[in-house]
Amino acid sequence: MTPYLFRRFWQSLLVLFGISLIVFILLHLSGDPAVLLMPPDATQEDIDNFRKLMGFNDPLFLRWPPWDAMNPPWRLVTDTQYGRFMGGLVRGDFGLSFRHQQPALGLVLERMPATLELTLAAMLVAVSVAIPVGILSAVRRNTSLDHAGMVLALLGQSMPVYWLGIMLILLFAVRLNLLPAFGSGSLSHLILPAITLGAFSMARIARLTRSGMLEVLGQEYVRTARAKGLEERRIVLKHALKNAAIPVITVIGLDLGTLLGGAVITETIFAWPGVGRLAVQAIANRDYPVVQSAVFVLATIFVLINFLVDILYTYVDPRVAYK
Amino acid sequence: MIALDVEQGVAAHAGRQDFRRILRELLRNKAALVGLVVVLTVATSALLASQIAPFNPVAQEITNRLKPPGWIGADGRMRVLGTDHLGRDILSRLIFGARISFVFGLSAVLLAGTLGTLLGLIAGYEGGRIDDLCMRLTDTMLAMPFILLALAVIAVLGPSLFNIIMVLGVTSWVSYARVVRAEVLTLRTREFVAAAQALGGGGLRIVGRHLLPNVLTPVIVMATLEVARMIILESALSFLGLGVQPPTPTWGGMLADGRAYLSTAWWLATFPGLCIMLSVLGINLLGDWLRDVLDPRLKL
Repeated sequence: MTPYLFRRFWQSLLVLFGISLIVFILLHLSGDPAVLLMPPDATQEDIDNFRKLMGFNDPLFLRWPPWDAMNPPWRLVTDTQYGRFMGGLVRGDFGLSFRHQQPALGLVLERMPATLELTLAAMLVAVSVAIPVGILSAVRRNTSLDHAGMVLALLGQSMPVYWLGIMLILLFAVRLNLLPAFGSGSLSHLILPAITLGAFSMARIARLTRSGMLEVLGQEYVRTARAKGLEERRIVLKHALKNAAIPVITVIGLDLGTLLGGAVITETIFAWPGVGRLAVQAIANRDYPVVQSAVFVLATIFVLINFLVDILYTYVDPRVAYK
Repeated sequence: MIALDVEQGVAAHAGRQDFRRILRELLRNKAALVGLVVVLTVATSALLASQIAPFNPVAQEITNRLKPPGWIGADGRMRVLGTDHLGRDILSRLIFGARISFVFGLSAVLLAGTLGTLLGLIAGYEGGRIDDLCMRLTDTMLAMPFILLALAVIAVLGPSLFNIIMVLGVTSWVSYARVVRAEVLTLRTREFVAAAQALGGGGLRIVGRHLLPNVLTPVIVMATLEVARMIILESALSFLGLGVQPPTPTWGGMLADGRAYLSTAWWLATFPGLCIMLSVLGINLLGDWLRDVLDPRLKL
């Protein structure tokens, strides 16, 4: 098991390196980051000075010709724009936010608890609805209950999150006046955003649980359990669900990461003070250090969650580690 | 020569039979039929938008702003789905919006599908370090917060239809690459590949003539379902203000405009959302059915 986990850890590090590259390149996509970062009314002189100040005239990845930069040899890569970016990244320094004049990473981390709260609540809503629906649909296959559950799941998968959010606001906040339309601070503020964000995963997990259960319920060990005269409830919840859970766990893990990234839209609709909303505002304000740290932090959490899911996986299904 | 003709004849006959079988199954499956009707309706509206839209989608009539569905103007013509905050006819804008959604969905999927299939073929066939590199690349792309990355890139490059297609196409190839790679890994050990290698077939020939045709089915199934995802993504970008820019009508953009009028004019945000949902639902139903018929192994 350990070599497997070690390999997965090493792979995760490589992925983090890839993420750092993409985050770095983001700023250079337009060709000239200085023009991108300066206000539209900046003069050419301002732009030139800024370019010099930020080191944008330096090579991107490698000093060339190498013999000029070989002393000490690592200057070849460290004294470049990417080298400096990586140096900062290792120290947790993405630079100052242009708008807030505070460390960009600090701003992102400050908003992280709100995003995590929303994501976990959304996943909780999704799982607590989807798994019972999936199980019921499988056990009562081809009944009207099954059809209703799966039609709802299909609708959930086809609905754009932001539209669902707006419709929920229209119904529960504007018409019925039951729940707040935006903001945060109490449990009632969390309900609508959590349902909005969790709807897609809910649909996916329900369909997956249903098909997983259907497959497992047809297996011989289930027939044996039935032949032994075990109670149906016990067969479904203990024997079948445990085996149908493996793909469901993977999807929950993957979706947790996706939800973190997908919270961007939900947070914007409900004015939820999380990382996604901060990042969207930062994009609008050309505050790229904040955008870069938000992308990097969210991607890193995704990698971390996947790594944890892999560890969990080796417990649920030990065969995985030996493949 | 005769043998070749007979072979082609038999292949054509088998093709016709396959087509008939698929058609028969389609007619039997109500959900897929509903999906097909929805998709055909939206596709036809997109194609014939200028012929069927009752009004000019960008013409503003400020005096007729925020009129409810079914309102009849001084010109005696009905605004079936009402007008928006600038007095534009919502139905006409929805019909033209279908054009953007479909052009975008199909182009982004074509780009992502081609890229992903190519990478998957190379990774699966070559194996070793190239495979490792491709897989880490897919892991990296999978880890990126997709919408945020797309937003940031589009903000840097500028929100044109071309840029949006490029960004979503280039960032969405991962699932194709994974599926194609997995297919190639199993196909690689099959006799027909070994036979082609034994006959001296080069890598390019084996990949192009023997492996590619065999991985196309799952790719087509996935591509169908991905069109739906792309339509949702494009509308999400428009909703956040970084999609195709006004006055071009887009479903996501219309929805975003409608948000400000939720309490006074519900129809502004409701109808574009319904259009997105119905199109995506139609494509999903059709895609699910296509998957069941062509490649049941992909079933979730």
